[in-house]
Amino acid sequence: MRGRPGPGVLLVRLPFVNYNDWMHVSLLKGTTFFYLVGALLYLYFIVTRKERGARLGRMFLLVGVLLHTVGFAFRYAAAGYTPVTNLFESLSFFALSIVGAFLVAEVRYNLRTLGAFVAPLAFVFSIFAAFLPGEIAGLAPALNSYWLPIHVLLLFVGDAVFAVAFAAGIMYLLQEKQVKRKKMGPLFKRLPSLDVLDEINYRCLTIGFPLLTMGIITGSIWAEYAWGSYWSWDPKETWSLITWLLYAALLHGRLTVGWRGRKAAILAIVGFCAVLFTFLGVNLLLPGLHSYSNLSR
Amino acid sequence: MGQIIIIGLNHRTAPVEIRERLAFPPEAMGRALRGLLERESLKEGVILSTCNRVEVCSLTRQGFLGTTEVKEFLADYHAIPPEELNGYLYHYEGDEAVKHMFRVASSLDSMVLGEPQILGQVKDAYGYGAEFQTIGPILDKFFAKTFSVAKRVRTETRVASSAVSVSYAAVELARKIFGDLSDKTAMLIGAGEMCELAARHLLSAGVRGILVTNRTFERAVKLAEEFGGTPIRFDELPVHLKRADIVLSSTGASHFIIRKHDVEEVIRVRKNRPMFFIDMAVPRDIDPDANQVDNVYVYDIDDLNNVIDLNLEERQKEAVKAEEIVEEEVRSFRRWLDAQQVTPTIITLRRKYEEVKNVEVAKAVSMLGAEDPRTRKVVESLASSLLNKILHAPIASLKKEADGRNHMELVALVREIFDLPEASGRTEDGDSAGTGETTRE
Repeated sequence: MRGRPGPGVLLVRLPFVNYNDWMHVSLLKGTTFFYLVGALLYLYFIVTRKERGARLGRMFLLVGVLLHTVGFAFRYAAAGYTPVTNLFESLSFFALSIVGAFLVAEVRYNLRTLGAFVAPLAFVFSIFAAFLPGEIAGLAPALNSYWLPIHVLLLFVGDAVFAVAFAAGIMYLLQEKQVKRKKMGPLFKRLPSLDVLDEINYRCLTIGFPLLTMGIITGSIWAEYAWGSYWSWDPKETWSLITWLLYAALLHGRLTVGWRGRKAAILAIVGFCAVLFTFLGVNLLLPGLHSYSNLSR
Repeated sequence: MGQIIIIGLNHRTAPVEIRERLAFPPEAMGRALRGLLERESLKEGVILSTCNRVEVCSLTRQGFLGTTEVKEFLADYHAIPPEELNGYLYHYEGDEAVKHMFRVASSLDSMVLGEPQILGQVKDAYGYGAEFQTIGPILDKFFAKTFSVAKRVRTETRVASSAVSVSYAAVELARKIFGDLSDKTAMLIGAGEMCELAARHLLSAGVRGILVTNRTFERAVKLAEEFGGTPIRFDELPVHLKRADIVLSSTGASHFIIRKHDVEEVIRVRKNRPMFFIDMAVPRDIDPDANQVDNVYVYDIDDLNNVIDLNLEERQKEAVKAEEIVEEEVRSFRRWLDAQQVTPTIITLRRKYEEVKNVEVAKAVSMLGAEDPRTRKVVESLASSLLNKILHAPIASLKKEADGRNHMELVALVREIFDLPEASGRTEDGDSAGTGETTRE
């Protein structure tokens, strides 16, 4: 099964590239180092307010993302299917999506302090993945489908966008507390304005929510093909629905009643906790139809 | 050559009655500077005159004499008896003077630590000196260095960052709440001086519009005109409140004119778009409990003062770093100055060729292979007298020119042709900004 070109292998097999496992596994695991250094540099920036920290931090994250993408592509070529089918692969891809979403947000809003909150998050997922066995385990027959990349990528990119909203929510609460209580700590100068943080909350919601929705819909269509039912209340489905409802409530509140600020920040934080539970909690604790990526595999 | 001296007084040493009597208005600067340089021992001069300080910076042949002459000049020029003046004046010589000017320009000596105007005033003072040609090569270099030190302090420390006045603190807070102010509207209730100042700062920070209201409508109209804003009748305030993102209030009312209930109402209408209330009135105009409403921030005058105190504390911490920069730059300027002096140049010259001589003598003695002390003595005396004769001419002309007009050119020339290092006894070499030029200025 190893090295078998699956459906849609686009990569040309280069003669000088060793497609053995170590190549992509070490790339995927090695990026952890770049995320760590990037996170530390951003933390250094937020503590000392030295621009260089943010500049170097971004460079490290950028290199990390590039290497990570290359590793992902190698693994895709080696495995013959989109490598998001076990816990190692999905955690690793989640870290990649988070850093990618952060870099986009950073460029868009010129918000370097965000890095001090998002990069450590990416690092945590990345190092978690690095401690898991990285061998290609082969594809469960039920997953051998064109729906796999569509369903899973939509959800992970959506979740990564929510991760940025989560970080912005934490920053909002920290900053709001200082302005409200009139006790300006050292973070007051460093954190951006409440307005920008709230704006990120909204933007992430308008991008993440459609992705989440489409991810759930495609999953449901796929479930009909694979398991013969659109919806079977398996734990992952149930928790996805809970997550979806949370974000739906936030979006609805924002658009109609004008929820914003603290309330929106808190909901974005709660929503991301639900995301994490749907992803990790369900995988590790609640067995069900979706149990492709628990620790035993 | 000579010594840099500074004689002056500032807000700490002299009351305003004395400071205003000693001030030099811009139109009198030419006459004053020329008068200053008429004194016997003063070679170059700059006068800094602001509302908080008057400082005369001069290059003098001799420190003590120069100080006396500057004091005489100040007394004569302003027709104040010298005894009366003496108690208010301070004076610095040499490195102390250099350090003092660096600190003044970096705003470390200002009444409000880190205030930005002083650097511009020092630049003006330098400008007058240049205009009336009372600046020579030494003060020219000195002031160039002063500006670069001030710039370093500004960019490398946060001495000048963060607001230290109530009105600026209000703007800073508004920025942290709203980010971009260009689509925000402010409302001015009543007419207090501090409120008007804050409104002005908000306008220059880019606020889109200002609504002005007052119990007497005419006053509102007049103020609105001044700010390019819209006047509003006082009894229509509740209707228009929802339009305002930032509310500045300072009326003489004896009770709250905006209660928590009003704020809850208006924030609901605004769909939770944030509001920032700045209450500068005593007794207060806005119920402080309104601060509990989500997305509403109410600051009264005490809150703003607390913010300022924190900022001042930060500036004080940063000032420590700034002082280190100043110390470092004083040393670096000292090295440059030494290199311009005749005596150290002679010493370096002698020391360098003494070493050459010793090496050559040792070589010659070992070639002769003789341990005979007499041979050694002959060789040594030959080398010494040769050296003395060769160095006699350059040293003599250096000494002769020591106080002359173009001694700097001569020093530079001697250093160039004898290839002398920049300065003797260099202690550290990390920063060399502005010390690189030995040869010319």
